[in-house]
Amino acid sequence: MSENILVVTEQINGEFRKPSYETISEARRIADRSGGQVIALIMGSCIDKLSSIPAQYGADKVLTADDEKLSASNPDIAAAVVKTAAESNEAGIILMPATTQGRDLAPRVAAQMDAGLAEDCLSLQIEGGKFQANRPMYAGKVIATVDISSKIKMATLRPNVFEASEPDTSRSASVESLSVPDTSPKSTLKEFKAAGDAKMDLTEADIIVTGGRGMKEAGNFSRLEDLADLLGGVVGATRAAVDAEWRPHSDQVGQTGKTVSPNLYMMFGASGSIQHWAGMSGAKCIVAVNKDPEAPIMGKADYSIVGDLFEVLPALTAEIKKIRG
Amino acid sequence: MNIAVCIKEVPDTEAHIKPAADQKSIDEAGIAFIINPYDEYAVEEALKIQEAKGGETTAICIGGERANETLRAALAMGINKPVRIKSDAKIDDSLSSAKMFAEVLKDMEYDLVLMGKETIDDGSTQLGPMLGELLNIPCITMVTSLEIGDGKVTAEREISGGKEVIEAPMPCIITAQKGLNEPRYPSLRGKMMAKKAVIDERDASAGEARVQVVSVQRPPSRGEAKVVGEGVDAVPELVRLLKEEAKVI
Repeated sequence: MSENILVVTEQINGEFRKPSYETISEARRIADRSGGQVIALIMGSCIDKLSSIPAQYGADKVLTADDEKLSASNPDIAAAVVKTAAESNEAGIILMPATTQGRDLAPRVAAQMDAGLAEDCLSLQIEGGKFQANRPMYAGKVIATVDISSKIKMATLRPNVFEASEPDTSRSASVESLSVPDTSPKSTLKEFKAAGDAKMDLTEADIIVTGGRGMKEAGNFSRLEDLADLLGGVVGATRAAVDAEWRPHSDQVGQTGKTVSPNLYMMFGASGSIQHWAGMSGAKCIVAVNKDPEAPIMGKADYSIVGDLFEVLPALTAEIKKIRG
Repeated sequence: MNIAVCIKEVPDTEAHIKPAADQKSIDEAGIAFIINPYDEYAVEEALKIQEAKGGETTAICIGGERANETLRAALAMGINKPVRIKSDAKIDDSLSSAKMFAEVLKDMEYDLVLMGKETIDDGSTQLGPMLGELLNIPCITMVTSLEIGDGKVTAEREISGGKEVIEAPMPCIITAQKGLNEPRYPSLRGKMMAKKAVIDERDASAGEARVQVVSVQRPPSRGEAKVVGEGVDAVPELVRLLKEEAKVI
């Protein structure tokens, strides 16, 4: 039984966000096994130049909803567009990246379509009409396998977990423009306040350099910024560092912060509490620098150095600078 | 102003969670249950608004008898009325929960419905946006600042790359993100009152679940933990390992 898969992509300022590529690629892999078409939906304004890209990652068809109303976040209109796109293309499966936007939009669509929704999935097993997903529960302390039995099945995919295919520029897809349903939004965006530095979202970062209580004060985080910049990564923080107001909550990793899955996660002056571990144990490689050899993280990190972070951190930055030339 | 707060009982964040023998749920032995930490921000915000504008606050929770304790925790903070939607079974499908809350809310008078932005047990962010659809009212998620105006709210929400300021008419739904406020500790008097409070028990239909947990596993185990060495002397070896063994830099 083959089902069409609708992928709701996410773009910002005329560029796709990385999880969009990951989600289209995964949809392609599913369609290759089970049949059905991969349909990519692009929403926003002035998105024409994006329409040729989804094919390179495996989309068979591209739908564009190009409308001023969709230029800023407008979940009510976006939900109506997704529903229309799914219905007019007989999509049985709807996938979105598990970004802030996706996790706000997907439940609205699910409620409208009476669809089962599995959030923040780590893997999908879709075959013969059966839809199962593995997803973290208790902030990743356990992994649950969930079964979706509704007619329309939905999932959001955790960023940085599903592989984005190498773009194949020889592939192309039909492009169809979608008229935006005449829905009046229930709320109005009044203002967007851009963060001071337009840094990458922690959940999308390949490398994260995190500081904990051992950083001692806010000013010391500039040393982590230096290392992060050198590696093309971003700075994260433990709850202790956020509660001390050294860093904003948007930097917090852990059970009451963000759950991340970078390639490299480096921790400085962080003990590795069970709540923090829950948010970052999906990292491929974990490095810890802590002066306490008994800290919980020291028995868990792939690589650790016992020592004063204020000595080790500058030495490490210098050493990496050396190999990076 | 009448405010409803949807709350959930969840395992303490300190709890060591492991799969139960049946591999279909978690082993609850020895686990303490608390009010979902994000729901505490919702409760606090309800109390702050009530202090400024008057009216009544109601906490609603789905669960078995044990969930009464979660409701009492909200009462101890200052919530006026406790409602428990009776359900002994664990609900895996957030849309089922949303429909149960909607069934109870449709008979209530409210200007605002508040809840946490996520439940930390099943990691669901679905309830608020789903309720918005079911009740056909606006829902603003991940709110870090809330202002109550004349028949409308102005909310700041956290998104990647910055903050949005959203305006919506009331009644509406707000999901609380950390930073919205600092939840108060319950007073002794509050605790005494909470103990004596009679919980209003309701029935609501969960309907057929669209999502079901079929198994629960431990996360894949990680490789061996290696102490590279002590102090700055260990740095060159660490960099070599990251480059050549882990291949991450």
